[in-house]
Order: sequence, then structure tokens, then C-alpha cells
Amino acid sequence: MKTKLNNNIRTVIARAYVRIYAANRELSWLISETVMPLLGTAAFVYVYKALKAPEEFTGFVILGGAMTAYWMNVLWSMAAQFYWEKEMGNLELYLIAPISRMSILLGMASGGFIHSSIRAISVFLLGSLLFKVNFAVISWGKLFLLFILTLTALYGLGMLFSSLFMLYGREAWHGVNLFQEPIYFLSGFYFPIKNLGLTVGLVASFIPLTLGLDGMRQLAFKGGVKTGFLNVNLEIGILLFLCVLFLVGSHYALEFMEKLGKKEGRLTLRWQ
Amino acid sequence: MKILNLKDDLRTIKISSWLGWAMESNWANPFLFAIYSIIRPIASSLILVFMYLVVTRGKTGTDLFAYIYIGNAFFMYVYNVLFGISWVIHEDREHYEMIKYIYISPIRMYYYLFGRGTAKMIITTVAVIITIAFGMLILKIPVDLAQINYPLLFVTIIIGLFVITCLGILLAGMMMLTAHHSFYLTEGVGAIFFLACGAIYPIDILPVWLQYLSKVLPLTYWLELLRRVVLGKSLSTTLSHYSNFTLMGILVLTTIALALFSHYIYRTFEHIARKYGRIDQLTNY
Repeated sequence: MKTKLNNNIRTVIARAYVRIYAANRELSWLISETVMPLLGTAAFVYVYKALKAPEEFTGFVILGGAMTAYWMNVLWSMAAQFYWEKEMGNLELYLIAPISRMSILLGMASGGFIHSSIRAISVFLLGSLLFKVNFAVISWGKLFLLFILTLTALYGLGMLFSSLFMLYGREAWHGVNLFQEPIYFLSGFYFPIKNLGLTVGLVASFIPLTLGLDGMRQLAFKGGVKTGFLNVNLEIGILLFLCVLFLVGSHYALEFMEKLGKKEGRLTLRWQ
Repeated sequence: MKILNLKDDLRTIKISSWLGWAMESNWANPFLFAIYSIIRPIASSLILVFMYLVVTRGKTGTDLFAYIYIGNAFFMYVYNVLFGISWVIHEDREHYEMIKYIYISPIRMYYYLFGRGTAKMIITTVAVIITIAFGMLILKIPVDLAQINYPLLFVTIIIGLFVITCLGILLAGMMMLTAHHSFYLTEGVGAIFFLACGAIYPIDILPVWLQYLSKVLPLTYWLELLRRVVLGKSLSTTLSHYSNFTLMGILVLTTIALALFSHYIYRTFEHIARKYGRIDQLTNY
């Protein structure tokens, strides 16, 4: 039991190590993941300025722009990761190693989290300073809790997606692409989700960022409560539920998909 | 000899266009591919639509809404073609590991990349048409099809696609020297244009120092011309005193300058990549 736990912890560290140290061998990310992401976010800020929107909307955009870093990390560095590994011929090595698949994904999540956080913090800080965003935090404790629960549930969702995409061929790439803009829209990255109506909002709440962003806006901005979808405490409760659902679900999904892949002989199919 | 080269280059473009189309489209059945091609552009437009609706409380009949919507629709060319061409380097190098075989074949890589962008242009054209049709039918964007100057529209789109392709090839050159996370570099370059070219707002609201950048970029004039052709008017005070003819002239001149710059930069980066043996480097980690 202790050996198994040690092996899995070492797996997490090893998989995270690759993400963190290897990226530093080539430093183009210093510009591409700090300054450049701010540009797209700034464009949306100027849309609200052109519309003469209330000032808290600038903050909404900055927050949404920062959180896109985590969604893209979940999509490209977790959901599609087993697909990439299959294409490179590494997947079978992972599967025959005496480690939990979840520990591989947790390592990927940890390593990717560092870079995503650099990106998110850069966009957030630079954007807030440049556009002079005013914050009015109601509760730091709840804000921090909301943020942690959002990311935990989000990475749990990423693990669930990775089990699904493991058996895909080229459609994995397009499937992941399909989850970008539609999710930015449905989750209300750049506008309050309340405006999509109750039904769409509730369906979109399965994406943890929907409620996470909504809750953070309510807690951090002056006009946030007015634009809120659900009560913050309820959103915290739902996110806690989603954490459990996705983490447990991903464990069973990974097992199921691996068995299916072995049965159908798709675990080593490349370039399909 | 030059005529033979031109024939070879055109053949390269034709074959690589076919290859690009095959790679873009044959991952799904046609129905699924159609759904995918419709959902993405509509979703990206709906983000802006709802941003607008939230502030204006439902009024979509204004000139500004049409300005934002049409600009965003045509700007899809920039992201898709820019990304599509530059990503070819990464795809052929890291996923399929075919880049060295392409290099040693009797074709010129520049024209191969040009052709690979064609598939993205076709797919994006469908997306643009769907987006504008959605805007006209559902959101009541005031586009009068009978009043559009189609020859001007066609010429403007062709020049714009040429500019974007040149930019994509420039980025492809940069990709030869960067690792696979340069995906964000491409996204970032696209974002520069999204911010500075007035894709979704008149450039008048930008800070003055940023407007200087806007006026140097051909895409600013491209989008302005397209909006004038499709909507019959524009909202930009800064560009309002330019006639269509002047805009076209500036667009052509800046396009030529950018094309030459792109060619020079691409050749420089390719030379460096060859010198340091990075043409077929594997960086997936």
C-alpha cells in the first residue's frame, strides 16, 4: 500500500516536472503567456468602453480573460493529453507502468497549473492596473474557497474529458476546438451568465467555471451581486458537489475507457 | 526557367491545398463536420452579441451593433488562416514527423505553406457566410444584398486573404524556432490585430499611441473597406475622410510592404532553423 502510494506520488512529481522544467528550455512563453494573452482581453474591454458599459464590466472581462488560461489548460493539456501521448507512442508505456492513471493526470494538472497561473495572474494584474479596475471584495475567505473549488472541479472535469478523448483519433483535436468558443459563451466568461436565462445557466453550471466566475464577480466587484446568477453560498455548495462528481467520475471513466480501448484495440492506434 | 518554377510553385500550391483540405475535413462524416463548422463561428459571434445586449438591454438595431458584428465575422479569417498556416510547421514536424520529407522533395516550402492555408480559407469562408446570414436573419443586421459592390468586395477579400497568408507564413517561420507551446504566440499575434485593427470597435476609442499602430496595419483598412461595402457606411471618424479608392490604395501599398517583410523574415528564420538543425526538432513534452 505504502509502495503504491509512493509510486503514485513520484508519478505526480515526474509528470509535473516535465511540464515545468522543459518549458523553461525555450523562453518564448515569457512573452506569449504573459503579455500577449492580455491583448485579446483588452479588445473585449474596449468593446465595453465603446458601449459605455458600467465600469465593473471591465473587471468582469479581466477576470474572464484571466480564467481562460485554466480552461485552455484543461482542454489542451489535460483533455487532449492522452490523445497526444497515443500519437507519440507513449500511451502504452503509461498503461503498463504500475501507477494510477489519475496520478499521471494529476501530475499533468499540477505542471500545467503553474503555467496557467502565470498567464492568469499576468492578465489579471496587468489588466487591472492598465484599465484601473476597482475591486470591492465582500469576503476574502469565500473568494479563495470559491477559486479553489472551481479549479478542483475544473481539473476533475479535465480528467473526465481525458478518459473520453483517449480513444479518439483526429476528431479529438476538433472536439477540443469545439469546446473553446462555445464554452466561453455558455459559461459567461465575458458577460454575466444571468443574461442567458435560468435553463441555459443551469445547464452551463456543469462547467465549473460558470458558477466560479459568477461567484467571484459577486464577491469581488461593486455591481457584482446585481448581476449574479445564484446565491454565492449555493454556488459554493454546487461546486463542492461537482468536485466530488468529476473526481470520482473520472476514476471510473478512465477504467472503463481503458478496458474499452483494450477490447477494441484502439489504445495504440496512431494517426487515425 | 522562371516559367517552369512558376508552374512548379502553382502545382505545389494546388497539391498542398488538396492535402490541407483532406486533413481538415476527413476526420468526421460530412454532417458532423458541417455542425462543427457552424457552431464555432456562431458561438464566437454570440459572445459579442450578448456583451452588447447586456449593456444596451436588447437593442440590436443600432449601427454600432452591425459594425461590431460584421467586423467580427470577417476577422475570423485572421485567426483561422493565421493559425492554420503557422500550425502546419508544428503538425508536420511533431505529429506526423513528415517535415524533413517535405523539405527534401522538389518543392518550395513557402508555396507549400501557402497552399496549406487554402483549406482554412475555404472553411472560414463558409463560416463567415453562415455568421453573416445568421446576423441578417436572426439579429436583423441591415445588410442589403442588392446594394453591395460585389467586385469591390471580392477584390478586398482576396487582398485581405493574401495579407493574412503572408502573416501566417511569417509566423510559420517563427514556429520553426519555437517549441510546441508557441501555439500561444500565434494566438497572441492574432490578438494584436484583434486589438489594434478595429475588428470589433472603431479605432477612435483606442489610445492615440495605439491608433498609430492601427494606421500602419493593412488589416485596419481591410476591415474598414469590408464594412463599407457590406453595410454601406462606417462609424470610424478617424477613417471617414478616406474614400474607398484611397483606402484600397493604402491597403495595396501596406500589403506589398508586409508581403516583402514576411518573405524576408520567413527566409531568415528558415535559414536559422536549417543552420541549427531545428527543421525536424521534436519538442513535445
